[in-house]
Amino acid sequence: MTWIDDATLERLRRAADSPSLEGTRYTLIGKLGQGGMGGVYRVEDRQLERHVAMKVISVPDAEGELSRRLLQEARIIARLEHPGIVPIHDTGTLSDGRPYYAMKLVEGQRLDEYVSGVTTVSDRLRLFLRICDPVAFAHARGVLHRDLKPANIMVGPFGEVLVMDWGLSRMLFPANKPEPQPDQNALQSTDSSAPTQHGTLLGTPGYMAPEQQTGQPVDARADIYSLGAVLEFLLTRMNPGSVPRALAAIQKQSMATNPDQRYQTVKELAKDVEHFLDGLPVRAYPEGPLRRAWRWILRNRAWLLLLLIYVVVRALLIYFRPR
Amino acid sequence: MSDRTPFYGASQQFPLTRWSVVEAARSPNPEQRQRALETLISAYWKPVYKYIRLHWNKDGEQAKDLTQDFFARVLEKRLLDRFDPARARLRTYLRLCVDGVVMNTDKSAQRLKRGGDVTLVSLDFETAEGELQHLPIAAAGGPEELFAREFARSLFAHAVAELRTRCEQEFKTLHFQIFELYDIDGGAKELTYDDVARRFGIKATDVTNYLAFARREFRQRVLDELRKMTATEEEFRQEAQSLLGVKIS
Repeated sequence: MTWIDDATLERLRRAADSPSLEGTRYTLIGKLGQGGMGGVYRVEDRQLERHVAMKVISVPDAEGELSRRLLQEARIIARLEHPGIVPIHDTGTLSDGRPYYAMKLVEGQRLDEYVSGVTTVSDRLRLFLRICDPVAFAHARGVLHRDLKPANIMVGPFGEVLVMDWGLSRMLFPANKPEPQPDQNALQSTDSSAPTQHGTLLGTPGYMAPEQQTGQPVDARADIYSLGAVLEFLLTRMNPGSVPRALAAIQKQSMATNPDQRYQTVKELAKDVEHFLDGLPVRAYPEGPLRRAWRWILRNRAWLLLLLIYVVVRALLIYFRPR
Repeated sequence: MSDRTPFYGASQQFPLTRWSVVEAARSPNPEQRQRALETLISAYWKPVYKYIRLHWNKDGEQAKDLTQDFFARVLEKRLLDRFDPARARLRTYLRLCVDGVVMNTDKSAQRLKRGGDVTLVSLDFETAEGELQHLPIAAAGGPEELFAREFARSLFAHAVAELRTRCEQEFKTLHFQIFELYDIDGGAKELTYDDVARRFGIKATDVTNYLAFARREFRQRVLDELRKMTATEEEFRQEAQSLLGVKIS
């Protein structure tokens, strides 16, 4: 028997792991990543002559549980047609019995890699708002992500943000129910008339809401907690002294232990961040009259300066007016 | 390779299909228990031997005795009966049992020469010793990593041998040759599918199909073997994930 050295061992692992693509329109190019239940591969779609990403279950699945989860994930993503969410192209079963789905291949960087090139607080906050957008959209469609973290957020070559890996996502209401309007509060689904999802211990520590960690029922506010953790990630990579108090308060409120004390919707969170960027008061950081007045002065300093100049010039003209 | 050991042939004659060694070892039927042990030994004797040599730093003779001693204890003390899949994977449990055997031997310094006096099975220790020469010392890693890697090596060797046999029996030697060229000899780095097609006088599409067949069969054999070595579906999944977990280059 041939001696299997370490390099051969790795090749054999790869051989056993590689999906059987015969009979499909795809040709295997290479492996892009490995998740909990499946691998993601770069494959060539020979019919359309383009590269796409293919997610394939990589572990045995005798009971079909993982296959159901993969199909559920594909259906959820298919339901979320949004520029910030990777579109699904195709689903099926390979000749080796493993289910797969094909999706757009995203060429870009993960947020945790990309962020070092974004140096100012305002640029990071604009990036954060672009992350909030697809999450708010998903909530409006009744979908929780449940695993938001920098590693699951991609930034494309043109700065476009894509929220990836919906493998732990859950629907708050079934697909055949009429969808609420996009501007409708997604948390209506947590009313007594609508089911909430019972959380599991799936997720990522540090980005997972306390109620998700303890297996309590979770709703959109669990994703808001995770968004708060992403915001914290973006801010803590800055100089610690440079994070303004109002911004720190927004992050703190997003990550409140009690879901009732968090922002109740992603829209509310995003609005507070936008207010901060515009120099307006934020809901998470109540201010006294003096502070409010000072902020008003700062925000209108250009006009005030012009007014001051006008008053001074006018006063000088009056003073030096020939009598 | 275990095809040099007498018991591996027996295992093939009486495969423990859908039976894990743990279930079989608990069977009231002594033949079933014996087959369970044979299957266990076929997959684990090399990892155990190399683990004792490298992790416990024993010389070849000591390692041989301790390996025999370990499997004798598995049989006599019915160690598999005490295995609880809720607490550990079988692989980890066996490694800890090996540690126990070695430590007890070291403590007493009067080891019963169970392995030395009574040879449980005939194992090809010379080959295993020769393979050790190829192992880079730096790559040894921690005990769990070392044991897991040697287990994977042993299991993959079985699967390759079974794939070769099946391909020969079904007149698909070309399938195996292409698999061997690509995935064992590492030809994929230098050869395109067209190169291989020219070499064997077939179409490039046949190369991909033959390779896909061989890889699929190889995967199935790996998983079949792994299923025997795990007690629960969850453990099976975890082991498959760590065994097939491919490093992303």
